[in-house]
Amino acid sequence: MPGIPLVSMEQISKAFPGVQALQQVDFELLEGEVHALVGENGAGKSTLIKVLAGVHRADAGTIRLSGRPVDPRSPREMTEAGVRVIYQELNLVPELSVAENLFLGREPTLRFPFGIVNWSAMRRQTTEILSRFGLKVDPRTPVGRLGVACQQIIEIAKAVSCNAKVVVMDEPTAALTERETEKLFTIIHELKKRQVGIVYISHRLEEIRRIADRVTVLRDGKHVATAKQTELPAQDIIRHMVGRSIDEYYPKEDVPKGGVLLEVRGLTRHGVCRQVSFRLHSGEILGLAGLVGSGRTEIAELIFGRRKADAGTVSVAGTPVRIRAPHQAVSQGIGLIPEDRKSDGLVLEMSVFDNATLSILQRTCVLGVIRHRALMRSVEQVGKQLRLKAASLGQHVKHLSGGNQQKVVLARWLLHNCQIYIFDEPTRGIDVGARSEIYRLMEDLAKQGAGIIMISSDLPEVLCMSDRILVVSEGAIAGELRRDEATPESIMRLAVRTDGGKL
Amino acid sequence: MNNWLGHAFRQYGIVLGFVGVVVALSILEPSFRTTNNLTNVMRQTSVIGVMAVGMTFVILTAGIDLSVGSILALTGVVCADLERRGLPVIAVVAVTLLLGTFIGTLNGVIITLGKVTPFVVTLGTMSIARGLAHIFTNGQPISGFSPSFRYIGSGELFGVAVPILIFGATVLAAAAILRYTTLGRYTYAIGGNEEAARLAGVQVDYYKVAVYAIVGLTAALGALVLTSRLNSGESIAGTGYELDVIAAVVIGGTSLMGGRGSVWGTLIGALLIGTINNGMNLLMISPYYQLVVKGLIIVAAVLLDRLRE
Repeated sequence: MPGIPLVSMEQISKAFPGVQALQQVDFELLEGEVHALVGENGAGKSTLIKVLAGVHRADAGTIRLSGRPVDPRSPREMTEAGVRVIYQELNLVPELSVAENLFLGREPTLRFPFGIVNWSAMRRQTTEILSRFGLKVDPRTPVGRLGVACQQIIEIAKAVSCNAKVVVMDEPTAALTERETEKLFTIIHELKKRQVGIVYISHRLEEIRRIADRVTVLRDGKHVATAKQTELPAQDIIRHMVGRSIDEYYPKEDVPKGGVLLEVRGLTRHGVCRQVSFRLHSGEILGLAGLVGSGRTEIAELIFGRRKADAGTVSVAGTPVRIRAPHQAVSQGIGLIPEDRKSDGLVLEMSVFDNATLSILQRTCVLGVIRHRALMRSVEQVGKQLRLKAASLGQHVKHLSGGNQQKVVLARWLLHNCQIYIFDEPTRGIDVGARSEIYRLMEDLAKQGAGIIMISSDLPEVLCMSDRILVVSEGAIAGELRRDEATPESIMRLAVRTDGGKL
Repeated sequence: MNNWLGHAFRQYGIVLGFVGVVVALSILEPSFRTTNNLTNVMRQTSVIGVMAVGMTFVILTAGIDLSVGSILALTGVVCADLERRGLPVIAVVAVTLLLGTFIGTLNGVIITLGKVTPFVVTLGTMSIARGLAHIFTNGQPISGFSPSFRYIGSGELFGVAVPILIFGATVLAAAAILRYTTLGRYTYAIGGNEEAARLAGVQVDYYKVAVYAIVGLTAALGALVLTSRLNSGESIAGTGYELDVIAAVVIGGTSLMGGRGSVWGTLIGALLIGTINNGMNLLMISPYYQLVVKGLIIVAAVLLDRLRE
């Protein structure tokens, strides 16, 4: 490995109102290196990245690019200097085509008449670039119609085709299936060969073990450790991250099953899913596994009333119910913890209190007036139970870390005393420490007699947490596996099953 | 720290601007600071102000209502007609307010059930209500009201003009609703993230209809005050008011994207517009220039709000 640091950040400090987000953090990235950045939510990873990207300005410290000091005042400066960040929230314009997105702001133009976009060249180059990433899509397809995984690859392709020297990937595999992850790793190896430096943020320690050269651990805004990946075993990484060692990664115990809480029969929606039937028992965690785009989320949304079904019935605790809108599901005691917290779960401009009480305001108010004090006590109690970390209940949720944001969504349903919980990717973008807390909470809920449907792309998570696993493929249930018979292989076999059936 | 400064600046920047305008006018034009004139400013502001309070709800949900001026005209002429027929004032007031609320509700129902953008629906209502007002009166003003009806616009209670009291009461009521009630919280939640609110079990459509009903109600309240004060119901009343009303809300710092803002800001926004209108009249600035100045202030206020971010 060559010795010139592409990026060197020294003694970086950054404070936000009420929070010291970074405290004298050092970070270094070499050419052709994959440097993993790990830490719990709120440890300061995102802030460090945003400082590097020029989004935030450091209060103190220096940044050097290839030895040259820089003081970025805008993201643009850093982009021009070759630093590209691929955020979890992808920066693509959904209405524009793949080609337009890839070349946004640097469209190839005709020489005459000057300034006219050269569409054919743009499409040709798009196909060329994407084929390097093994992606075969029509360059004219609007990006919004593609899956998250495809969008992610397009974002990466965009960064690389801009000749980025430093690529930062924030949880790149969160939305990817295993096969797509493999593809991403191939791409990363490719980038390494071209001397591109990669900052890789992930909570998945296995991935880090596979592709990272070095690992830096942050905790509470401070630099804790930097070491060669081979010299830092997973257990040590976890210990550094949480400041204590976690023996029980997954706490799942056996909980005796109770009666049927939710029964779904023949749920069908044209083009989305067909003839989905299953039962959820009290005390049970039912895993919904399958590839991204197989229809798992859509099935949950049909049950919850976010989308309307063409056919099928849903019964809650033995009584058939008609759910045509989310509020009807909520009044049946069903709570949805959506995959995308920021766009579907939270009102970011509102406080922890307001977000947590959103579902119960109507039920607890007296003649429309909020019983603020009583609710405050309940929220405090639930917050404590969830070990929610916030400056106060009045804090805006947009300032919370991902794990704490997830807890706010959970708090909402706990306050509502839901009996049926639908977790869509419960630990997506959530660090190890908060993860086991969320697992423990799911287990507690099951023990108290709730039923949980857990949609997850994380196979170890599905295998360890589920009592029963339904594998969804092409909008239908391809098979059911008991906890003791499920293996990654058996799940994948069902997930990729194609029988050519129409939706 | 930045956030706190920004917050203070946003909250008080507009107040400072308002105070600056008042001080400047007091120096430039001594007749501005007479009690008589100041009361006049308040009274004139009250119609726009009351409507702007209703509009604040709508804009907080990221909606808009262009039909308020026309709702004012239609409810105004209906109220004038009922009053001239000799109905008891209390009945006139009740029917007028109900009619305004009803039209607002219709707006809301079409917007939510039809899934049409508020801009287009209320643009339609703006034309329909205005047309109906003209048809109803055949373009002729309706006048000659009982003293008790005229009290609404010209009377005094405890030495304060009644329109000012109505405006004040509306502001207080709205502030209380936004802060202490479910409707208020959901208004902010819907504007902040409609989808998240829906998935949290909020009956978004129901509350959206409610905010349009509220702005309809305040338009009718404005109609009562204006009709009574002018002692005449006219189908051309309130023409162009929608712009002043929206301007008052926006100048007051409420985001057109929804989810952020307050009725206190709207109060200042409305007072600022009223003061400037009055001041420019006193300074005998041509109405042509007045339009330009008002437009500049709107743009400046929004830029001020942007600067904060």
